[in-house]
Amino acid sequence: MTKMSLNQSRAPIKEALEEFTLRRVVPFDVPGHKRGRANAELTDFLGKSCMNIDVNSMKPLDNLCHPVSVIAEAEKLAAAAFNAAHAFFMVGGTTSSVQAMILAATKRGDKLILPRNVHRSVINALVLNGAVPVYVNSKVNKTLGISLGMSLEDVKRAIAENPDAKAVLVNNPTYYGVCSDLKAICKLAHENNMLVLADEAHGTHFYFGENLPISAMEAGVDMSSVSMHKSGGSLTQSSFLLINKGMNEGYIRQVINLTQTTSASYLLMSSLDISRKNLALHGKEIFKKATELAEYARWEINLIGDYYAYSREIINGDTIFDFDVTKLPVNTLEIGLAGIEVYDLLRDDYDIQVEFGDIGNILAYISVGDRERDLERLVGALSEIRRLHKRGRAGMLTQEYIDPIVEMSPQEAFYAPKLSLPLSETVGKISSEFVMCYPPGIPILAPGERITADIVEYIRYAKEKGCFMMGAEDEEIERLNVIT
Amino acid sequence: MDLWFSEYHTEGVRFSIKVNKQLYSGHSDFQQIDVFQSREFGRFLTLDGFMMLTERDEFIYHDMIVHVPMAVNPDIRKVLVIGAGDGGAVRELSRYDYIEKIDLVEIDELVVEVSKKYLPTTACAFYDERLEIFFQDGLKFIRKCHNCYDLIVVDSTDPFGPGEDLFTKEFYGNCFKALTENGIMVNQHESPFYKNDANAMQRAHKRIAETFPISKVYQAHIPTYPSGHWLFGFASKNLHPTNDLNPAKWNSLGIDTKYYNTQLHYGCFALPTYVEEMLRDVENEKD
Repeated sequence: MTKMSLNQSRAPIKEALEEFTLRRVVPFDVPGHKRGRANAELTDFLGKSCMNIDVNSMKPLDNLCHPVSVIAEAEKLAAAAFNAAHAFFMVGGTTSSVQAMILAATKRGDKLILPRNVHRSVINALVLNGAVPVYVNSKVNKTLGISLGMSLEDVKRAIAENPDAKAVLVNNPTYYGVCSDLKAICKLAHENNMLVLADEAHGTHFYFGENLPISAMEAGVDMSSVSMHKSGGSLTQSSFLLINKGMNEGYIRQVINLTQTTSASYLLMSSLDISRKNLALHGKEIFKKATELAEYARWEINLIGDYYAYSREIINGDTIFDFDVTKLPVNTLEIGLAGIEVYDLLRDDYDIQVEFGDIGNILAYISVGDRERDLERLVGALSEIRRLHKRGRAGMLTQEYIDPIVEMSPQEAFYAPKLSLPLSETVGKISSEFVMCYPPGIPILAPGERITADIVEYIRYAKEKGCFMMGAEDEEIERLNVIT
Repeated sequence: MDLWFSEYHTEGVRFSIKVNKQLYSGHSDFQQIDVFQSREFGRFLTLDGFMMLTERDEFIYHDMIVHVPMAVNPDIRKVLVIGAGDGGAVRELSRYDYIEKIDLVEIDELVVEVSKKYLPTTACAFYDERLEIFFQDGLKFIRKCHNCYDLIVVDSTDPFGPGEDLFTKEFYGNCFKALTENGIMVNQHESPFYKNDANAMQRAHKRIAETFPISKVYQAHIPTYPSGHWLFGFASKNLHPTNDLNPAKWNSLGIDTKYYNTQLHYGCFALPTYVEEMLRDVENEKD
């Protein structure tokens, strides 16, 4: 584990805001709500304390575009807590962290080696800067219908075939909690002068909990995007970009400032600061409790029958090098229901909202905020859904890995002249847009890829099962934009 | 001394009882537990500041939650009581000689201990040999039962605390599964009068009506509960609460009651018009 330094019980941004509030400064600057006085309804709804700290950057509160005082201090504390050389406070979601690290590591025409089951933000970054994806087949576990991590051999081959690639991107872990052999991938990439980038949107807790998969910084990854707002408990949209030794902090700051707001929210930044403090001081117990809750629910769900709440037993030393036990994915196919159908039943009939449902699984997100009795409700409802809705497995599709055929860079395709065609007529054409189920937000089709009959079939099936499809210009995905 | 216990029935309505003495105050893993002594209502138990029972009027509640289903089905032998750590429901059940087994599931062991010590009038049947007590979550317990009880008594707190689980569709569904063919579930069904209670009442009825083929509501007048007008739910797989009642048979048992009688049994299912409408509204509601 990390050796934390500095005083982790401090929260410099929070402290500065408290001090600032006490001074009762008269605001003749933005925001125009003037500590909430401009709109009683808004202040009633969000609370006075919230409005009071929704302030502009100024000398006593520092400036996220160029931190020199309290934000700089808070970033130093965060870096120490995560054992990173530097931690950037990010306010555009982990999407902004992912994009900044890709924009910093690659430029137009550069190759980036990555698994297919990346978040859309990764490919969006390639649309922005014109880098080219080299996909490594993220193998699919047929029984579970989930895509896995990258096999070391596949990464090795991709590196050998693309020695000019600039970086390798790894999910640590995937949405389902699956980890690749990050340490070995780092060694391999570094020997070939490539950077390693990690998407740790679902891995904040790896830095603090015990008996969890290795964190990116510890494995030697060069840059990592960490969703503090997920398992870290900060406000939605706040995130960290971590960099390791040898990376150029000043250049990365410049890259971040290309797209980052100049009015960063102090609600988000203070939530990062306070949550970092909480994790640094109490993270070990917090994630111990979350793990216990997840393990308990897993045990009970597996007792119901037909459901499969999987865990470390699926580890295979390669494409499932490790598994994050705080995650609670449940395979539903033996019930005869798609994950998305169980997801909908839980919400509509039982008032239970889980993180997502896909073709074969649901994922319940467990955190320290959960109570045992809430888990009983989830287990009780799953048991009822089985009693009331179980049917034969016939006709259930499992998720297949569809090998993307990249014909041109995402950027070229996105900006190329295009034509809208009905879905059925698009087979053989090159897509100029994304199609994905959200969540989890992993592309089925990305700009620059050839559309195949398998892809069209998969889109049809996912729509029929009620997956929330997005990415394409036509919201119903009856039509797709293809390159002329 | 001018010491009063007050409970807010709504933000603008307060119900108070003059207290002579506080007998117990403690906090369990689940809730705040208090027992007071008063002149008007005798001893009373509150959980998280909400009135659970008083010695003076608890007979109304316990009569109605137990004798109504017992009179409809004279073949009830195995009973599950969920909640009811005060022992009142068990006391009434223990008066039926032919009941073979009573399982009590209470999440909070401290409620039982406190009741045994300070509320002897309701806790007097905890020593019945047919009784087995399980200290665990009701939803968890019921999940594992299949076709094993003739009667389930859901004596829950309000749906805003540890009792929340017991107002869910998954709970009612699991109760259905746990009941035998002529099984009956009765539940504490909140009140139709004040808005928050009425919402809870409607939500509960909607979920029960979705789960059971027969789902009726009956009423009683309980002075210390919000508005004094309280409802119970009667849900079953086959038996109708009034059509299947055999008054002579129950009366022949010779069970003395202060509130319940078989004439009242018929009457308590006749509800005020506005309550009927509230129930109908949710029965017709589609998800």
